[in-house]
Amino acid sequence: MTLLSLRGIRKSFGAVDVLHGVDLSVAAGEVVGLVGDNGAGKSTLMKTITGIYRADSGSIEFDGKDILALDPGQRRQLGIEMIYQDLSLAKQQDVASNIFLGREPTKRLLGLFPGFVDKGEMDRQAAKMIERLGAHLPSINRSVGSFSGGQQQTVAIARALTFNPKLVIMDEPTAALAVREVQSVLDLIRRLKSEGIAVILISHRLNDVLSVTDRIVVLRHGRADADLVTARTNMNEVVSRIVGGGDIAAAAAHEQRG
Amino acid sequence: MASEQPGFWARVQRASVERLHIRLESLVVLLALSTAMALLSPYFLSLSNFLNILLATSTIGVLAIAATFVIGSGGLDLSLGSVMGLAGVAGAFVAVNLGWPSVLAVIACILAGAIAGYINGQLVTRAFVPAFIVTLGMLGLARGLALVISQGRAIYGLPAEIVYIGQGRPFGIPMPVIIFVLTAIVAHAVLAYTRFGRHTLALGDSEGAARAAGIRVEHHRRIIYTLSGALAGLAGLLFTARVNAGDPTAGINYELTAITAAIIGGTNLFGGRASILGTMIGALIMGVLQNGLTLLAVQSYYQQMAIGAVLILAVFIDQYQVRKESRV
Repeated sequence: MTLLSLRGIRKSFGAVDVLHGVDLSVAAGEVVGLVGDNGAGKSTLMKTITGIYRADSGSIEFDGKDILALDPGQRRQLGIEMIYQDLSLAKQQDVASNIFLGREPTKRLLGLFPGFVDKGEMDRQAAKMIERLGAHLPSINRSVGSFSGGQQQTVAIARALTFNPKLVIMDEPTAALAVREVQSVLDLIRRLKSEGIAVILISHRLNDVLSVTDRIVVLRHGRADADLVTARTNMNEVVSRIVGGGDIAAAAAHEQRG
Repeated sequence: MASEQPGFWARVQRASVERLHIRLESLVVLLALSTAMALLSPYFLSLSNFLNILLATSTIGVLAIAATFVIGSGGLDLSLGSVMGLAGVAGAFVAVNLGWPSVLAVIACILAGAIAGYINGQLVTRAFVPAFIVTLGMLGLARGLALVISQGRAIYGLPAEIVYIGQGRPFGIPMPVIIFVLTAIVAHAVLAYTRFGRHTLALGDSEGAARAAGIRVEHHRRIIYTLSGALAGLAGLLFTARVNAGDPTAGINYELTAITAAIIGGTNLFGGRASILGTMIGALIMGVLQNGLTLLAVQSYYQQMAIGAVLILAVFIDQYQVRKESRV
């Protein structure tokens, strides 16, 4: 079942055409890798999906509804969630504070004064979210900044899950992680898939993309240049589609090493 | 240090920060300083001197609460002392020169402060002038306006009701101390336990994260600066009532002491971490320091130097710890 369907998306900024008619579809519970060279239009495309940018032309359907006219808040309510590379975490606050930032459950203090944050409830729910992800954190009461990069990813993903998303877009989630941490983040992505949540994974690390996705879409010069089934492709093909010819063997060998 | 199990001291430290929102070090410094003063001066350990310290701390303490909110939100308010002076003059002018009822004078104090803070907030969030410059400008503006209103002279002859706010002693406790402690309790509850307080710290921690979470960042900042101004107004009221005069030079350099108290109490200079309880300990450290030096007959010029040195030292220690933690 198709969850997200983009057809003929165009976007330009002044005289600069970034997207020249992109087609892209994502099924429910599918993990799609979005790869492409710097400047291929990956970020712009994602922002037209989350609603930060409005596409100049083309159509976007999500869950059977046309969402082209909706703003980012409305699209989030429909179930589109994005995790940015910087994670947008408040590093000195603890896990629950980050997960519930802006939506803290409240209670009345002594049954009188409203507006007091229900920290106990927050901590309980936060612990449940982390557990649901099958992840381990040193302590739920520690500041997020004291965690490793992968653990911070866990918190960011847990926060995204509280919105009950149907689609999670992740921008370079493994770019700054140690090798062991990369595996745990890839496990988190598989966990999302097993819960029926679709994931669009933007990444330069092709090994990660090849190991976790169902399909790989290559964006090149503002077009979806290739749509590859992960099980039937390999590093060489993906790299050649990204660079579009040239010295493919050397580029692929470089990726293989890295 | 970097072993798997943190040591006993580290666990106590962490628990005190998580549960009581205070840094243990500041409490240790306060106790050590008090012990030293008690050993050096026979007058230090007495109930009357204790109340003296609290009384002297009340004005600075209210300003320090304001500084805690602003710095915790990632801002800065250098105009606290000047706005306090302006507010005191405004209240005295309303009560004495205009002869209006005392209630209106009290309102005038707090309103004058709130307006100055509101202007700070508008300029910081809409004109994109850095808070450092906006509030430095307000430091000059408010002081100048206080001198203009009072024509450079202190306004004497306040009504008895207002003097009571500064000099009254219900149950033997000075009124400013009562007002200060109540303000601190409310401020602590707001900062530590309400959504407003949590958003304030999140904002100081990462403006991007706060914005992504749907917090109205600019709106929140304007409220914080207005609140800061209103608290400076309250401090102005307490001071004016205590000295029984609207003094246009009141509060000069008080922002230095107030910001120092907040930083000693564990407020992160760059925002994101702050607690009123911690700030209260910081304010008491400043109060004990000043009181002790006075009892030891140290010239006030040296006290000024001591405060400046403590501020730099406190920020140094704080940054040193932050660097140490980030390395673990």
